[in-house]
Order: sequence, then C-alpha cells, then structure tokens
Amino acid sequence: MFRRTEPTDCTIVWEGRELPARAGESLAAALLAAGITSFRETPVTGAARGPLCLMGACFDCLVQVAGTQNMQACLVPVTPGLVAGIQHGARSFEEEAA
Amino acid sequence: MSVADEWTAGQEATAPVAESVDLLVLGAGPAGMAAATEARAHGMRVLVLDENGAPGGQVHRAVEARLAKGAVEARLAKGAVEARLAKGAVEARLAKGAVSDDQDKDGAKLAAAFRASGAQYRPNATLWAVEPGGKVFWSEGGAARTIQAERLILAAGATERPLPIPGWTLPGVMSVGAAQIALKTAGLVPEGNVWLAGQGPLLWLYAVQALAKGGRIAGIIDLSPPGGFARARPYLMRALKAPEYLWRGLVWQRQVKRAVQVTPARELRAEGEGRLERILVDGVAHAADLLLLHDGVVPNTQVTRAIAGVTHGWDPVQRCWRPGLDVWGNTAVAGVMVAGDSGGIGGARAAALSGRIAALEAARALGRITTDERDARSGPLRLLRDRQLAPRPFLDAMFPPLPEAAIPDETILCRCEEVTAGRVRQAVGLGCLGANQTKAFTRAGMGPCQGRICGPAVHGVIAAARGVEGGEVEPFRTRFPTKPLTLGELAALAG
Repeated sequence: MFRRTEPTDCTIVWEGRELPARAGESLAAALLAAGITSFRETPVTGAARGPLCLMGACFDCLVQVAGTQNMQACLVPVTPGLVAGIQHGARSFEEEAA
Repeated sequence: MSVADEWTAGQEATAPVAESVDLLVLGAGPAGMAAATEARAHGMRVLVLDENGAPGGQVHRAVEARLAKGAVEARLAKGAVEARLAKGAVEARLAKGAVSDDQDKDGAKLAAAFRASGAQYRPNATLWAVEPGGKVFWSEGGAARTIQAERLILAAGATERPLPIPGWTLPGVMSVGAAQIALKTAGLVPEGNVWLAGQGPLLWLYAVQALAKGGRIAGIIDLSPPGGFARARPYLMRALKAPEYLWRGLVWQRQVKRAVQVTPARELRAEGEGRLERILVDGVAHAADLLLLHDGVVPNTQVTRAIAGVTHGWDPVQRCWRPGLDVWGNTAVAGVMVAGDSGGIGGARAAALSGRIAALEAARALGRITTDERDARSGPLRLLRDRQLAPRPFLDAMFPPLPEAAIPDETILCRCEEVTAGRVRQAVGLGCLGANQTKAFTRAGMGPCQGRICGPAVHGVIAAARGVEGGEVEPFRTRFPTKPLTLGELAALAG
C-alpha cells in the first residue's frame, strides 16, 4: 500500500500492538505506513472505515487516543509511546469516564 | 533546533492572545501567508489561525521541514559545523537550484517572509464561529478561544471534489490529495497494487511526485469525459498567456505515461470484505490494495456559507459555489474578505497574489494607506493575477466534473450517515427541491463532516434528478460551530 522513505524514530501502540513511527508525523500516516487501513467502525452500520482525505475534512479517520474518543487521526501528531485504538461506533460515555 | 522550531516553541504555544486584532487571517496557505505578510508591512496587528501544524496550506504542506531536512543533509555533506540560520540555508538551496520543485520554491519564500513578518501565528487552531461584528471563535489544544477582529481575510483554500463510486467507503480507498499529503508530510510512497482513478491536474502531479520518490503505481484509470480538448480549444489562446501551466501538464502526462499504464474507462467499482481487495474497471477485475480517487478541487465555502449576508454564486462549468467577491476580495458583508482558492480555484500563485491584494484593501479600509496608495501598489499585483488566472477557463473546460447522473443508485454519497444516491433520488421524487430538504428526509449531510465531503455530490445528484442547473438548487446551509466542538472545549471560554 505505502512504503516509508524516511527512517522511523519511535514506537506507538495501536490496539495493544507496538508499531514503528516517526515523531511529528500524523497518527494516520503512521498507521497507514504500518499497513493499517481500518481506523473505526461506523455508528450507522458498524462498517470498517479508514481515512479518505487526511486533511481534517472527512472525519473517517476517527480513533481513540489515550482514552479520548473521536479524535481525527490525521490531525493528531505522533509522540513517542502514544497509545491509540479503533473508534467503535459512536462515542460511548462509559468508556470515557472509566 | 532550527529557527523555525524555536519560533514555534517560544512564540505560539504559550503566547497569550490579545483581546483584539486589526486583521484575522484564516488559513496559512499561500493566500493567508501572503495576506498576513502584506498586512504586517502596513503596521497592522495580525493573527493567523491555521488547522495544520506548520505553514504552507495543502499545496506547500510541510515545505519548511522538507527543505530544512535537505539543507541539513547538504551541510553535513560539506562538513560545515557552524550553525546557520534555517532561513539562510533555505535561501542557499534556492540559489543553488537544489530545490527542483517550483511549488516548493514559492512555498519556502512565502513561509520565510511570513515567519519574519511579526504576525501572530496559531497552528493547530480550528476556527468554528464568526459572529456579526467580527468576534471570532476557535479551538486549539482542547480549549476554545475568542478574539475581536476589525477585518477578516478568510483563506480556507480548496477541498477535493468527492468521486463517489460503489465501494469507495472501503478502507484502502482514499483521495489522491490524501496520498499527496502522506508523501509530503511523512515520506510515504505508493507500493503494491496501487491504482489512481479520476481526472484533473492533481492526479498527474501526484503520479509524477510519487514516481520521482521511488513509488510504484499499478495503473491509472482515466475517467475524464471524452472530448476535453475540443471543449477547451476556444480558451487556448487565453491560456497561452501563462503557457507554463499547459506545458507542465503535458510534461507530467508524458513522464507518467512512460512508466504507468493509463486506461480510459467509464465505470469503476471498489470491492472487498472489510477492506479494498479489487477494483472493477468497466467490468474487468484487478487486484488492488490502495485506490486513490480524484475529480478536481472546489472552493472551501464551509465558513463563508455560515456567515449571514455573504452571497454565493454558482459556477456552471466547474459546478460549484463560490462567494460573491469584488476585485479586492470583499464579500457582501463589510469587513469580511476572502482570498485564494476558497474564493474560486486559481492555484497557488494566484492565491498568494489575492492575499496581498486583499491585505492592501484591508489596510486602506483601516486607514493605514490611502486609496491611491492601495491602487498604486495593487495594480501590478492585479496584472500578475490576471496572467495566473488566464489558463483557468481552458482547464475548467478540459476537466468538467464527472456527471452525477451516472452515479449508480447503490453508491453511498454521504459517508457519515451512509446515505446512497438512490435514497437521495427517492427524496427528490417525493418533492425535495434542495439539499436541506433531502437532509431532513435522509440525514445526508448531517454527520460530523457537516457535508464537507458529500456536499458537491449530493447537490449534483439533486440537480440531475430534477433536471435543473445546480445554481437552482439550494446548497447545504452550514452553521456555526462549523467543526464539532466538545463542551469541555467550550467551557474554557468561561475560565
């Protein structure tokens, strides 16, 4: 799908799995570089979705970042050790409170 | 640490925001950067809000980081140890011609001037409301902020027109613009079964850039309606006032066609279980793990449409809305101006010139320069802008948007609410005349993207189903907040 032309310099955690990344790049770019295309499941039918625009417009790259839901992965910069996961459907209040 | 980094760390993140400014600029692309720089030259207090982390907009995305990296490599190679200013290094590279891409040269110059201008710059900031009288609201770092602005220059740029095909919601289907952002900001090049499909200059430009970086493209599906040159021919002489555009386009196509198979086609589908696995090109299947779609760009009018009193007109050739502007960029609302592609697609150079012209008008309106001074300074800029815009009628006629009537019923138009073209057509059959009625009937345009992505497609499908021009169909009303906002962010205003 994509191949990196720049070296990675840190790792992030996606769904409990360590992935190589580059500090400062977008979380969406880091996931795509690792071959991950499914970022969320839609609230309407539960279908898998990944990013379309990478410029903050489409809201198809929504993920959870460090427990905060509905974050646009294309607008979240990678920091070493960042923990993120799939956004399952609509935002759930229980998970956020926990 | 480069000068740019120090500036970023020291000045923006912690600097408090004043209660008022003379000029607020939305967007740090070519138009916004040029407007802010020009306004500062006339002593105005300027605040620039931008959603990205660094100046450049989409066209010059991450231009500083990419050039600085090149400069560092050049310095290391020469063994030079003295720390040089990043700006100096960029200039040295420009002088040496080390930067091959014209766009990067333009972007680096604009960004350097903008950084040195003294404009206050807030990256990672999302504007979400403009109140009558110039009170502006935005969010950054999870907190909402507000400021009073005497004048506004909105330079929100362009967004890609959606190209809805059956299966385009599958993970692994993205836009060409998205892949270009991944290339510019993270150095990701396409590899494997990667297909490009659609039409327009950006598709060819991305192919050139991706191949130059060592990327591989399985094939290009050319969906452009036949007869492009015949349609565009009447505008050829005018386009030759700025022949470099056409020349570049021909060079791009030749370069790409040497390396990649280009297949003209009418019908395209994406298929797979849970992700893209194959594409069907006029019924012929090909393995695919990434499909990049493109059908040109349209002005981003999400904010201007939400400001009461700002008028918009229909562009029948490119089938999109654009704000009603005078030559300076004034909208119908006093104090609210638009510059760059969000006022009508003209490209990066025309955008930068529009930004300067708008800033001169703002300086006049605020009494910083006289009307004569404005006219004298803007005269040459307006001539240059006319030249930059000369090829547009040709390009617009060459690449008209793909016909919405041909979108199959089963195709999802509104990705957020998963509403198909068939359901929108049904709603039209029930008597819906415009996008706000079909929204009430089907929820199309009601999701978190607020119609940003599906807007042009929903609009076009309604117009085609009614058999009328798009200008006769009411577009989605946009409302503030124009981006989703949490209560927590909003609460910061009370603090």
